[in-house]
Amino acid sequence: MKILVTLKQVPDTETKIKVAADGRSLDPADVKWITSPYDEYALEEAIRIKERIGAEVIALSVGGDAVKDVLKNALALGADSAVLLRGEGQSDAFGVAQMIAAYVRDKGFDLILCGNMGIGGDNAAMGPMLAELLGVAQANVIVKLEIGDGTFRAEREIEGGSEIVEGALPAVISAQKGLNEPRYASLKGIMAAKKKTIEEIEAAPVTPGARISALALPPQRPAGRKLEGEPAAQASSLLQALKDEAKVF
Amino acid sequence: MILVFCELKEGQLRKPSAEALSEGRRLADASGKKLGALFAGASCTGATEAAKYGADLILTAEAPTLASYSSDAYATVLADAVKAKGATVLMAAATAEGKDVIPRAAARLGAGYASDVTGLSMVDGKLQAVRPVYAGKAFATTTFATPVQVATTRPNVFPAAEKPGPGIVESLPAPTGDFKSMVKEILAKASGKVDLSEANIIVSGGRGMKDGANFKILEELADAIGGVVGASRAAVDAGWGLPHSMQVGQTGKVVSPTLYIACGISGAIQHIAGMSGSKFIVAINKDPEAPIFKLASYGIVGDLFEVVPELTKAAKALGIGSR
Repeated sequence: MKILVTLKQVPDTETKIKVAADGRSLDPADVKWITSPYDEYALEEAIRIKERIGAEVIALSVGGDAVKDVLKNALALGADSAVLLRGEGQSDAFGVAQMIAAYVRDKGFDLILCGNMGIGGDNAAMGPMLAELLGVAQANVIVKLEIGDGTFRAEREIEGGSEIVEGALPAVISAQKGLNEPRYASLKGIMAAKKKTIEEIEAAPVTPGARISALALPPQRPAGRKLEGEPAAQASSLLQALKDEAKVF
Repeated sequence: MILVFCELKEGQLRKPSAEALSEGRRLADASGKKLGALFAGASCTGATEAAKYGADLILTAEAPTLASYSSDAYATVLADAVKAKGATVLMAAATAEGKDVIPRAAARLGAGYASDVTGLSMVDGKLQAVRPVYAGKAFATTTFATPVQVATTRPNVFPAAEKPGPGIVESLPAPTGDFKSMVKEILAKASGKVDLSEANIIVSGGRGMKDGANFKILEELADAIGGVVGASRAAVDAGWGLPHSMQVGQTGKVVSPTLYIACGISGAIQHIAGMSGSKFIVAINKDPEAPIFKLASYGIVGDLFEVVPELTKAAKALGIGSR
């Protein structure tokens, strides 16, 4: 079994967003970069499959030198090898999907795991686009995964519940929180990772899909007001306000 | 043509689909295009409802093979319909199914895709989108480089305005053959309530709830005012037995209800990112300095264990839930 895990480097969820001088990108000053949390579930799942039934796990990220941190971390956690696709990794999902598809083709992967979305870009599109470009099955927002003989069975989150998706391998499967509890890197893993190298490949040229032409902060919310009094009085003035001012009810 | 992929639930047009259709009608009018509504399934009875929201054409791909959702089969239906009709814009609501099938169809069409958009316009005959990024901490204006443009609309943002259209029904061929994957079973949650992402009213609890069992008082309030219950990451990760599907925030659901009542939630940036799109925010917290109050339309500094039951009582007395 050969598994590819795609990892995206993203700003930490606690990042205060500032718009850069170009007016269309994130000001990188003071940004702490992390592996997108959903990708961590994907990597953990790959390592668990490896431990359960044996697999070769390859971690891949698109970007420049900075994303090597993401790959080193993946190696420390248990990936066997890592690939840095040199290209614009923060650009639109269609572009990234094409870069990864060009790398993946003819490599004989049985399974490609990714996060259901890269936080920040919030596109939730790379996985299904990659599946389509490779002409393979997909299952997204997965909270449970079973691998059979050339098949998979996955539980995916939908409105008001979940559904079971079955399909053929190879497949692109995107992870949701709840799939597993990612481990921390062990000292042994971190030491072993130091001996592993990161393969660097120039990403293939792509057809651009969509681009961000302007980035803006949300408008300030109008100032609110505090409701005073005893709990019963607060409760009744809140409901009155929601009814009369906000017209929610 | 602007083509909108629509979903039916028990023979009825889903509300997020009606919203997408209605926005499609507005864009079609603005750019002198026709509006098509596209349905797929074993039966598309109910598809005619799309005429209410201005569909010129109602396209149905009906076949027993489409009874269960399949990503690749449905993507084929969508991409083939776009090609057959020469559509330049493909839209759907950003539902579980929409977010699964639409990017796949976009890739097949070689089209750029903007997901979960909160604003759309036609500029020089091409779609332009505004969408929340960093879970709503910023908004990105997105332009397309491709002849076909694809977008999903965030539920609860666009109004589902009725505007009757001709709604001429035309059936499409359905794909046959081996599908790569297929839904085998649907496991519904017992509650049968609407999903957080579609809810109009959300009552949410954080670390201040102290225990999972205490969420009962939020359930009671939600039941009284017709809402559903959510939770902060702190609450979900606290080991209180709350499912991840309840989590609102950057690594949970991003929601935009009319009313969001935050109980015992301090307002970590992670959480605010997921709910700041709510029209009205109520914060109930013991700590008057909690950052959540900066966002709140109405703030109550107090003990949620006293205030929430009073709210439930008052809501029942006012007969709010019964409307």
